[in-house]
Amino acid sequence: MDFDLSDDQRALKDGIATLLDGVLPLEATRSAEHRADVVDPTAWAALAEAGVFSLLVPESDGGVGFGLAEGTVVFEELGRVLAPGPLVATTALAPVLPAAAEGIAHAVIDAPGRSAAPPLLEHPATCAAVVVLPRIEQVAEEAVLVPVGDLSATPVERSLDPLTPLASLATPLPVGTPLEGIDTAALRQRIMVLAAATQVGIAGEVVAIATEYAKGREQFGRPIGGFQAIKHLLADALARTELARAAVQSAAVILDDPLVAEREADTLSLSTVQLRWRAVAGAKLLADDAAITNARTAIQVHGGMGFTWEVPVHLYLKRSRVLASSFGTRSELADLLAALA
Amino acid sequence: MDLRYTDAEESFRSDLRAWLAEVLPTLPAKPAATDWPGRRAYDQGWQAQLFAAGYAGVDWPVEGGGRGASPIEQLIFKEECERAGAPYVGTGFVGLLHAGPTIIAEGTLAQRERFLPPILNGDEVWCQGFSEPGSGSDLASLRTRAVRDGDHYVVSGSKIWTSHAEVADHCELLVRTGPEDSRHKGISWLIMPMDLPGIEIRPLTTIAGSTEFAELFLDEVRIPVENRVGEENDGWRVTMVTLSFERGTGFVGELLESMRLLRSLTGLAQRTGAWGDAAVRKRIGALTASFDGLWALTKRNVSEAARNGIPGVGGTVFKLAYSEQGQQLTELAMDLLDRAGLAASGLDGADGQGELPNEELVDAWIKSISLTIAAGTSQVQRNIVGERILGLPKEKS
Repeated sequence: MDFDLSDDQRALKDGIATLLDGVLPLEATRSAEHRADVVDPTAWAALAEAGVFSLLVPESDGGVGFGLAEGTVVFEELGRVLAPGPLVATTALAPVLPAAAEGIAHAVIDAPGRSAAPPLLEHPATCAAVVVLPRIEQVAEEAVLVPVGDLSATPVERSLDPLTPLASLATPLPVGTPLEGIDTAALRQRIMVLAAATQVGIAGEVVAIATEYAKGREQFGRPIGGFQAIKHLLADALARTELARAAVQSAAVILDDPLVAEREADTLSLSTVQLRWRAVAGAKLLADDAAITNARTAIQVHGGMGFTWEVPVHLYLKRSRVLASSFGTRSELADLLAALA
Repeated sequence: MDLRYTDAEESFRSDLRAWLAEVLPTLPAKPAATDWPGRRAYDQGWQAQLFAAGYAGVDWPVEGGGRGASPIEQLIFKEECERAGAPYVGTGFVGLLHAGPTIIAEGTLAQRERFLPPILNGDEVWCQGFSEPGSGSDLASLRTRAVRDGDHYVVSGSKIWTSHAEVADHCELLVRTGPEDSRHKGISWLIMPMDLPGIEIRPLTTIAGSTEFAELFLDEVRIPVENRVGEENDGWRVTMVTLSFERGTGFVGELLESMRLLRSLTGLAQRTGAWGDAAVRKRIGALTASFDGLWALTKRNVSEAARNGIPGVGGTVFKLAYSEQGQQLTELAMDLLDRAGLAASGLDGADGQGELPNEELVDAWIKSISLTIAAGTSQVQRNIVGERILGLPKEKS
């Protein structure tokens, strides 16, 4: 057992971080705030070229052949720089949808459920097609593929996250083409783990930003980070990140490695099917909590400056909301976990 | 990110599981919680069984007489013991987890030969004399005074939070041998036999009504100089060396016990109808996520310890997160008990549903209040995380 990143995983992390600092610096991403075409085709092509979308596709099918463990490494970095676009969906679909593996952007939306809101499609101008995924409680049903052109989509004038443009979709949604023969549960679990890893990236980055600020900002003649009131907020935020990261990485390995799933199922007296759901649901719940709470904390540490548009922490808070409301809300996840407790 | 156990680790697990299944049914009945001589005898009996089977001091190095198990085997050991319901270390706690490892690392050959074997085989019990009424979180301010008189130190002062003092044979004692204001630089680490004249033990009663702790009043107690571990005035370093024995497995038993409690609360909620309350289900769901996350974090800390010798960042945040979740768990227990939680002893359930677990749950609730205090208050833990991990400036420099 060695929970730490392997040498290859560390190299992957460094490699993707370097790539992102080059092609997706936050200042450049921010220049497209509130635009429909926030996804820069050059940057997207660079991600495709680097294998971000074919990451989970077996080498025999022309992919990179990595597992979700490596997926969490990559998506944590994507979260760290707030990379825009339907990244989670495209990468998670790639093993079952060759077009996604080639880097053609795809979205995933949850089938309409208990929310009062109409279905909202992210990045409507960027996506070629959308996969409508059965909700967690109906996971035995089929996922369907709908070309974006077949949807009746009305752009939302102003999105909460200025880097995630939205369109509202008229219901009922078109019937679409069933994705036959795919493991819908496994697809949803991949999506949940990658979304959770993105949230861990957000949770960690906002702590880093706020910590730097707390070291430099002086009030009452000393750096505010020396005050326990500030220090303790950040210590709790770090604890949330570390807990979520361990849960997300553990869930990824449980999905990747049947032997690990069997051992864990034995420890918790669950079936391996139950164990997989419990691991991904718990991971996403902790990661959603960590991202949202840490982003709020980071704004608080910045004081009045944190409430300005200029300081980027609000963008992390808004993106964490986008991810927390997708692919299993905190309420749904808590219900699922209780059923598996 | 490899979470597999090796074949050797799996066979360590299956051998242990088989041994526990064989030996646990033969144990005597547990003594009453307040019967300290009975508890000492019970814990010594269990330790003797572990010793005979080669499981005593699983985490001790071989040169100290232990099994020298890897951190991952230590994790398996704790997991299997908790799973099987094996006795906890109990009154053996200080000797096995603290004094013993200190003597292994810093003791002389004579000290190792005299004191280590009786800890491992259960013959002798230790207590700890570190904290003082005036020195809690700020341990380095301790004032119990030791004055050299020939071959002896003459020790006077008082200690608090000494667990199992009434039934202990020895006390690991921190004393001031340097000037009054010498802080970390003037402390020595002594072995104090508990039968020396001048030691008065006054039991403390906790808010749970339990009596495992005591205050010690020391009045010119004469401790032989040969009982000093490490150099004079080097006791702070000696104490810190022991802390470095922590391999990320410190709270594994408690964590797994909490996970078991959560399962039993789920059962209780289903039996009592509280399960119909969505808020209760959400709390159970959230706690499930947190404890699973802590279990994952434990494995990360243990594998980091296996690689680097220390559990790293995760060790400090684990304590912080576990204490808070443990308290939320017992709050849920009390909410589920409703007014039955006002009875701290056994109570029959409504509709003749048998006895409610209120005695156990009320006790767990009160004891959980100490989670954010014992072994470093959460406030001090947050300072450590903020200063040593995040690199924030100290409050006072």
